[in-house]
Amino acid sequence: MQLHSSRRAAPSVLLSMTHPNRELFYRQRALLRRAVPAGFPSPADDYVEQRISLDEHLIGRRESTFFMRVAGESMRGLGIFDGDLLVVDRALPATSGCVVIAVVDGEFTVKQLLHTPEGQVLRAAHPDYADMRIKPEQDFSIWGVVSWNVHKH
Amino acid sequence: MKRAIALVDCNNFYVSCERLFRPDLEGKPVVILSNNDGCVVSRSQEVRDLGIMMAAPWFKLKDLAKKHGIIALSSNYALYADLSNRVMRLLAQYAPNQEIYSIDECFLDMTGMTELTRHGQQMRHTVRQYVGIPVCVGIASTKTLAKLANHVAKKQPHFNGVCNFNDLPVDELNTLLEKIEVGEVWGVGRRTTLRLQQMGITTVLNLKNSPASRIRAEFGVVLARTLSELGGTVCLELDELSSPRQQIICSRSFGASVVQLSELEQAVIAYTTRAAEKLRQSHSLATCVQVSIRTSPHQARQYQPDMNIPLAEPTDDTRVLCHAALSGLRQIYRSGYTYQKAGVTLSGIIAASDRPRTLFDDVAAPSAALMATIDGINRRMGSGTIRLLGEGIKKNWAMKRGNRSPRYTTELTELAVAKA
Repeated sequence: MQLHSSRRAAPSVLLSMTHPNRELFYRQRALLRRAVPAGFPSPADDYVEQRISLDEHLIGRRESTFFMRVAGESMRGLGIFDGDLLVVDRALPATSGCVVIAVVDGEFTVKQLLHTPEGQVLRAAHPDYADMRIKPEQDFSIWGVVSWNVHKH
Repeated sequence: MKRAIALVDCNNFYVSCERLFRPDLEGKPVVILSNNDGCVVSRSQEVRDLGIMMAAPWFKLKDLAKKHGIIALSSNYALYADLSNRVMRLLAQYAPNQEIYSIDECFLDMTGMTELTRHGQQMRHTVRQYVGIPVCVGIASTKTLAKLANHVAKKQPHFNGVCNFNDLPVDELNTLLEKIEVGEVWGVGRRTTLRLQQMGITTVLNLKNSPASRIRAEFGVVLARTLSELGGTVCLELDELSSPRQQIICSRSFGASVVQLSELEQAVIAYTTRAAEKLRQSHSLATCVQVSIRTSPHQARQYQPDMNIPLAEPTDDTRVLCHAALSGLRQIYRSGYTYQKAGVTLSGIIAASDRPRTLFDDVAAPSAALMATIDGINRRMGSGTIRLLGEGIKKNWAMKRGNRSPRYTTELTELAVAKA
């Protein structure tokens, strides 16, 4: 951040009165003076900060972050609704309890992942949907971990 | 110090991009077709195993495709470009110098680093996990050898995707090079291969062991340089900073054949607009516009003219460039031919900051503001939102991309869907 107060007569230090080319000094000073804004300087000048960027906040790693769209109601209990925008980070480890994008039989599904002694389970957040226990022979993989969902009200 | 140069190459890049968002295509034979769905530009391993070659015309493959259930997709360059950028940015973190050689491969200078094979495995693993694209890594003391090391890493599964020539004893390396055909060497084209074969040089090892004087006398300095690189002497350095573009080309085949000047004009305006956008993206100005049109090579009556139109002063203004391109087109157009392709090339490119100052600079300022505004709107609202009306509204000539997948990473309306 640039800390700058327009009240200081900073320009004149660029060339001094003892400068061999005094004419240049006066001319330059006149030019610089013209650039100094009139009126009171803003008291907030010293406090200007970068505006909040959702992009930076929601996207940890640009290389590994993708967006997906939700279709269905099975994740309502965790606040994920039909039509929501999912922020998916492929770099995050798929630990037990996190919401993941899983590939089951060639299709994307969003569910909560649980590591149990009997193997991996995909759990919905809706009373009508039963747990899905992953069988060893099943075509299954974790595509990425859902880090955020964006819901429009 | 012995140099260590890595070549990282994505496996079946376009197919891998499609499979990332279509996991159901895993394990199935998939081809990606070129613009206008003309010929094969990327093949999955399953398709390679069927013996289908690169650049094979699709219409000749339709029976075979039906028999084996080959899935053909139109190319989706928006998707490929985005995934390529992600891969390249990740790889750049692994070495001080990177040369992006093409959309799916880059060189990394890893000289002075230790445990290169382990590093290579880590690169593979990270790119696979973060972006979902499988890559292979070849490491050697020169770029030419690194290309071959990559070839070995791809073809021989026991290397597990990373082959480091620098780690191999000379006799083992030579055994590998003996098994690779000379045509696989970087920069050795089909005609050179034939001539080499006639001289009895059929393998990479044969070429490596050929006397340099003979190769230089028969083939010239370029192949002599390749020969030194095969011997481990660096002749080709990494080209880190991509030099400013010498020219910008936008040239495409039409979706349907075109006879009338008015339709050619629309296409030329559209292509010039696209080229001008690229020109402004690279903060450059053009001093010359070339326009070319051509008839189908399958036709009896051929006509393939082109014309250069020098500009009064360097510019990046779409309107000025279009005006020049159209004046050229009108001079070379002849009625009675069926045209298949048009192209626009901007050349004599200089950096916008090097523009010679003229008396009329004030006149140029509003043009820059207008172009910046148009580019801004098209970036935000989708390309082509604002365009010259001359491009036409109903574009009969536009490219056919019948089976293009959604632009999963660049269009909010085309995201992949996760079932809940």
